[in-house]
Amino acid sequence: MRDVIEEVEHRRDQARLGGGQHRIDAQHAKGKLTARERLDVLLDEGSFEEYDMYKTHRCTDFGMEAQMFPGDGVITGWGTINGRPVYVFSQDFTVFGGSLSETHAEKICKVMDLAVQNGAPLIGLNDSGGARIQEGVASLGGYAEVFWRNVQASGVIPQISVIMGPCAGGAVYSPAMTDFIFMVKDTSYMFVTGPDVVKTVTNEIVTAEELGGASTHTKKSSVADGAYDNDVEALIEIRRMFDFLPLSSRETPPVIPTADAPDRIENALDTLIPDNPNKPYDMREVIARVGDEGDFFEIQANHARNILCGFIRLNGSTVGVVANQPMVLAGCLDIDSSKKAARFVRFCDAFNIPILTLVDVPGFLPGVSQEYNGIIKHGAKLLFAYAEATVPKVTVITRKAYGGAYDVMASKHIRADVNYAWPTAQIAVMGAKGATEILYRSELGDPDKIVKRTADYEDRFANPFVAAQRGFIDEVIMPHSTRRRVVRAFEMLKTKKVTQPLRKHNNIPL
Amino acid sequence: MFSKILIANRGEIACRVIRSARAMGIATVAVYSDADRNAEHVEMADEAVHIGPSPANQSYLIAEKIIAACKQTGAQAVHPGYGFLSERASFCAALEGEGIAFIGPKVKAIEAMGDKITSKKIAAEAGVSTVPGHMGLIDDEAHAARIAAEIGYPVMIKASAGGGGKGMRIAWNDAEAREGFTRSKSEAASSFGDDRIFIEKFIEEPRHIEIQLIGDSHGNIVYLGERECSIQRRNQKVVEEAPSPFLDAATRKAMGEQSVALAKAVDYQSAGTVEFIVDKNREFFFLEMNTRLQVEHPVTELITGVDLVEQMIRVAAGETLGFSQDDVTLTGWAVESRIYAEDPYRNFLPSIGRLTRYRPPQEGTADGITIRNDTGVTEGSEISMFYDPMVAKLCTYAPTRLEAIDAMADALDRFEIEGIGHNLPFLSALMQHPRWREGRLSTGFIAEAYPDGFGPVPPTDATVERFAIAALLLSHILGARNAQISGARFSQAERRSHEDRVVRIAGEEIIGHIDDAADGYLVRLPGREAMQVSTDWTPGARLAIFNINGESHAIKIEPADAGWRLRQLGVDVRVQVFSPRVAELARLMKEKAAPDTSGLLLCPMPGLIVSIAVSEGDEVQEGQTLAIVEAMKMENVLKAERKGIVARIPVKAGDSLAVDEIIMEFAK
Repeated sequence: MRDVIEEVEHRRDQARLGGGQHRIDAQHAKGKLTARERLDVLLDEGSFEEYDMYKTHRCTDFGMEAQMFPGDGVITGWGTINGRPVYVFSQDFTVFGGSLSETHAEKICKVMDLAVQNGAPLIGLNDSGGARIQEGVASLGGYAEVFWRNVQASGVIPQISVIMGPCAGGAVYSPAMTDFIFMVKDTSYMFVTGPDVVKTVTNEIVTAEELGGASTHTKKSSVADGAYDNDVEALIEIRRMFDFLPLSSRETPPVIPTADAPDRIENALDTLIPDNPNKPYDMREVIARVGDEGDFFEIQANHARNILCGFIRLNGSTVGVVANQPMVLAGCLDIDSSKKAARFVRFCDAFNIPILTLVDVPGFLPGVSQEYNGIIKHGAKLLFAYAEATVPKVTVITRKAYGGAYDVMASKHIRADVNYAWPTAQIAVMGAKGATEILYRSELGDPDKIVKRTADYEDRFANPFVAAQRGFIDEVIMPHSTRRRVVRAFEMLKTKKVTQPLRKHNNIPL
Repeated sequence: MFSKILIANRGEIACRVIRSARAMGIATVAVYSDADRNAEHVEMADEAVHIGPSPANQSYLIAEKIIAACKQTGAQAVHPGYGFLSERASFCAALEGEGIAFIGPKVKAIEAMGDKITSKKIAAEAGVSTVPGHMGLIDDEAHAARIAAEIGYPVMIKASAGGGGKGMRIAWNDAEAREGFTRSKSEAASSFGDDRIFIEKFIEEPRHIEIQLIGDSHGNIVYLGERECSIQRRNQKVVEEAPSPFLDAATRKAMGEQSVALAKAVDYQSAGTVEFIVDKNREFFFLEMNTRLQVEHPVTELITGVDLVEQMIRVAAGETLGFSQDDVTLTGWAVESRIYAEDPYRNFLPSIGRLTRYRPPQEGTADGITIRNDTGVTEGSEISMFYDPMVAKLCTYAPTRLEAIDAMADALDRFEIEGIGHNLPFLSALMQHPRWREGRLSTGFIAEAYPDGFGPVPPTDATVERFAIAALLLSHILGARNAQISGARFSQAERRSHEDRVVRIAGEEIIGHIDDAADGYLVRLPGREAMQVSTDWTPGARLAIFNINGESHAIKIEPADAGWRLRQLGVDVRVQVFSPRVAELARLMKEKAAPDTSGLLLCPMPGLIVSIAVSEGDEVQEGQTLAIVEAMKMENVLKAERKGIVARIPVKAGDSLAVDEIIMEFAK
């Protein structure tokens, strides 16, 4: 009996060593943790249950039969984050560079299937050189098995990818189809074709970091949703984010008890909106003052900064926030901000996370490049996403809500449940000056008349009451009571039920 | 007594005057400019009158507008506060002409004391000790050098009309006296339009000590002890105290009596301050007389129990002073810190913007300690570019000097300001400075104590340990709270009730063990006895009181990536708390090199350059405004992301830029 027990211990020890001590040291020398160490940070201490520890590849080409590592380059299983279950896989760069073999893929597929069946999220820690070339199409098949499962799981369980090393070629498409991608600065990169191929084909000379580093993907490409300084900080922040998410689409978002009073008054909001309508202010302040404990987990903070997306809690429950940011580009909607917010709204809707929309939007960004690049279809994504969302939707217009952008930003007409406006709200087709210049074109030569006309237009429309008279605004609320109002609105909407028309699926303008 | 007065001022002093007037049952009228539409003094007053655009020279400085506001509201008297019109004789005369009382001295006194040379002459005639110097006109360089030699070097060469250090020079020999005279004269001409120069003895290790007095219209004048204001930065007072730790009773009496003599000589009838410079041998010399209420008057009020604003109103209404010199006693010690919107880490760069957080410490008296905070702002107020950058005056009052200083240190720790740069860290650091604590001061103190400017205060072993304990509690409380998340199937609560944790702080690792205890927690640090610790912190709170072995500490808390930023006593550190296993792994992480400070400022959007705020070759500080770009009819302020030197600006105001065009380049 003791012999067999010792044999298990021996095999476990061997598996835990991955690709061997010198490869572990090499990983550490790069400032990176090993696959197992990463799980130690990500999961509650002692909670990890490993599967398929002894699984090895079946390849016999190119001398592979002589190189066998138990686990085959990926650690899989489940554990808990703050007591809530999560399935995980963590690629082991010390074994064949974390390359994906058929069996490596099978291990990932096993936990994916379990995650969907049992309704628990999946977190993938990616650190892989790519396909296991020795296996050829078997490896490619493995990738596609993972891709297919990513799609099956989409909208059923939250899927989070953390890129913690290389992720190139076909490997990028699994993370790309998950809900969120986070990266580690300086030690991770993602691209479809690497710098060498880029140089051969297009003659562009670029480093891996420039082509697909965290900075590129969090600012320019928006492939990644956030980036952190190192492995430990990234994984700790993922833990923080995980606490906002429901386990699956079958569940409601988690609740964390708070001492923050739901009726907390914030008098400073009464002075937030500047007298000059062209002066910006920081919408983050509204989010911080409305949400529990000022806690805001922001998504894509460095991309399309004219719109803010992220998670807060209201009275303990997760709420997704979408907010125009007047500090950047006057808070206008453009291609990037529409895409960013649309994807966020759809995530929230898929996982029963109510949406709070804070509106200060002067309109869509005009310009040749916007039109050429298809602002029509991209803007429509956000409109579509809001219109199809059936989760509780509460909207607060703080200042401008002009033109088509008013309709898009969770207006009453596309079925927001509760629409509030601050007394400073201006709901109109456009700003007063622009409007009078069109309406009174014949009087443009007479500045005095135009000033008068502008003032008249302002008196008529630069307020929330025209919209309120029509019921497009449910109530004009005091800025200082926004938290109380919004909390109560969402509490009331917790029992919201919507029946949707039967269809295969809708056809969002992709 | 008046039934309604108008306060011709703004900010904290307007609020201060309103408070006393209200206590006396007098109705108050505020005046305000555009920028002050929503200001606190407008909110507080019974009535408010708009007097014009934001710049003071179009509003608060226009006597006619103030007088019109008085007529409009029926105010019978005007309190001018300090600054603005408070020492303008013509304003005082104009009010008199309209039959409106000026709550301040008479025209004659303001005029007499308003000019440096005249005031010195009157002082000398009244038997007040003055700095040896030459009061007459100086012909030329040679004359200047001769006078300087007679007085004895070093000498100070000053503009008669000057102030704030302009046109001021020190000469240690004839050559410097000649050069200094010429330079000061031309500076004085260009700065003040008055090139009169005088020369006086330069006082070494000077201390700034001033006598507060109050007189009525019946010839009674009483002095209310002194204030020491030696802690100055570029001639701007930062910290004041009363009494002075330097004066003895005899010197105090001599200074007080000379001040009263001077006030009598000009028939002084209100609150006023006689400023002296005191040398290392306690020789004192008259500097000037301020014919108004001083910013730092609260410290005098605290140690004398006299409400100076109330007294000013009473004497202006013709009442006789209700107390005599014999009634004045100085009890306890008071310290005032001026909280300015200036960032000490960026060379005291003035900072404007919105006070996103403004929570002063609780005012009142408890355990023999009084906290008083004079302010004109609230959370959400805007600190504008138009006026003085003072945000508040925080005073503490205690039986002894050190108790008052320690109370100040604690009160500063409890003072929360966010949204603008402010000097709280500097004041906090100052309260721990040995020279200040020992009272070894001079007006050169700040320059001497911080020769290279002010930087982050290095944590001591004691602060590191305290912050480590605080961090342990934060992590423990947050962990225990988060463990109550709904849907948890594998409870973490048991593990959380007692745990080993590793705190990473200031390059160190401290292993702590924390246990839940009856009323708080039991914290064990290596080599130390278990400590009883408690706190009022709840997740999200940005200030908490930590009670460690019976000693309480106010610490500011801000979430940071995977940890917190903690601040107390001017120390500002980042802490992270890990399980021992995670700490072990965190050790494998590489220190990131400081980010590349070179770079470009790119136009973030297609737009029009409205203005460029810097020039090529300028050194810019993080957060400093670089340029304003207009897009979508909105002005976007582009600020420096980090410190740097502007190497090249290829664009100019009025240029239309595409997105990502270069606005400026910074030196590598």
